[in-house]
Amino acid sequence: MTTTRPNTKLLIPAKPVGIIGYGAYVPRYRLPAREVARVWVGGRTSGLPIKEKAVPGLDEDVVTMSLEAVRNALKRAGIDPAEIRAVWIGSESHPYAVKPTSTIVAEAIGAAPHVQAADMEFACKAGTEAMVMAMGLIGSGMARYAVAAGLDTAQGKPGDALEYTAAAGGAAFIIGPAEESLATINASYSFVTDTPDFWRREYQRYPEHGNRFTGEPAYFKHSTTAGKTLMEEMGTKPADYKWAIFHQPNTKFPQRTASLLGFTPEQIKPGLLSPVIGNTYAGAAIIGLTATLDIAQPGDRILMVSFGSGAGSDAFDITVTEKLLERRDKALKTQDYIARRTEIDYATYSRFRGKIAMK
Amino acid sequence: MEIPRHWRLNQQRYGLVGEVCPHCDTKIFPPRDICPACGQDAKTTFAFSGRGAVFSFTTIYEAPTGFDETAPYTVALVKLEEGPLVTAQLTDLGEAHPEIGMPVEMVTRRLRSDGDERGMLIYGYKFRPVLKPA
Repeated sequence: MTTTRPNTKLLIPAKPVGIIGYGAYVPRYRLPAREVARVWVGGRTSGLPIKEKAVPGLDEDVVTMSLEAVRNALKRAGIDPAEIRAVWIGSESHPYAVKPTSTIVAEAIGAAPHVQAADMEFACKAGTEAMVMAMGLIGSGMARYAVAAGLDTAQGKPGDALEYTAAAGGAAFIIGPAEESLATINASYSFVTDTPDFWRREYQRYPEHGNRFTGEPAYFKHSTTAGKTLMEEMGTKPADYKWAIFHQPNTKFPQRTASLLGFTPEQIKPGLLSPVIGNTYAGAAIIGLTATLDIAQPGDRILMVSFGSGAGSDAFDITVTEKLLERRDKALKTQDYIARRTEIDYATYSRFRGKIAMK
Repeated sequence: MEIPRHWRLNQQRYGLVGEVCPHCDTKIFPPRDICPACGQDAKTTFAFSGRGAVFSFTTIYEAPTGFDETAPYTVALVKLEEGPLVTAQLTDLGEAHPEIGMPVEMVTRRLRSDGDERGMLIYGYKFRPVLKPA
């Protein structure tokens, strides 16, 4: 049997797929942006990009955070972890330079050993990259369930603009057949170019960025083109979506993208978390999706657009099903983690993030 | 380097996987293949719920080698819902003070690095105060 693919820029799985379970994780510590300003710019607080960011504890990293997010997704999915055939974790802060995060996660959740495992890397869109790959694996009929996650303990150079926002957290999804889904993924679209807006060379502790170059030619061009093209190809308009989520490196960028594409502040409100948790990099767009799923109703359509430096965007067209209502209370919600909050000062932050030279 | 020793403990450390006695249903942690209650073979694996309560605790200020980076920290005897008593660190206490009877839940965290910063990372169970919906 052969099937002819329609001539489209969209990525549409041969068999319908969706989200079976979802889970978020945000560590408990918060560093207010005014603390960074106190230490580095004499306390000047005008134009701070966010209110505060989430900071991981001393015993947390992308392995431990992924585990909690995936366990939350499994609670909602209610499936046997041994049926999972792929565990894909996207991050730019994998604890090892060489040795997969995904094998540790697969082992700990009971998905190993009959499983595919890999770590994804594409700056802030590594999480949605894993989702698109999982759509392919499930949509082709190769497997029934796959884990796609994106989490980061993002690095920001002391005193740099990114130190205000580089945060920790993220989300995980169990992708599976549409008929078992709490939300179907109708299609995705990816827009990628070679745009050097942000990078970290090997053996470097902190990333470099192109300052203002990170805006127009990078973030805005890719996220707006991805959102616009997806809607054109799907034949939809902003009003068809109840909710929208855009990658959120700060507060203003996603607000502006929403406005450029014709979305209202109400549509992005539940998924706009950067003001209170910062930029969780590979987790940033998808934790906006988990927060939105926490409040969405069956029939709601959701547009999600990620952005990863280097650069590219993945856009998703998602529709919530009836199954969401019976599953979403089976695990902690995104806002439960955000409400759990211990404020720390810059000195504690420096210790937690290993910024104090010990030898 | 103690790679094999840690690798053998992956299952029990990552997911609090112990055993259940097929003869008297006693739940066993850590796994020891012989039931401490009835003395018979007990090799059936059993994943604990991770829920329990603090039985006793102490705070470590002078930490043993490998744990000094995270000191001070609190170590507790946690009475698991299914019966066994396990020793583990408490984490994410925030402003909370540990107390006997405090309900806790298992989380998997980074325990330490095997040796210096070049060594393998060792992950395992810790317990935190039960996180409730906001």
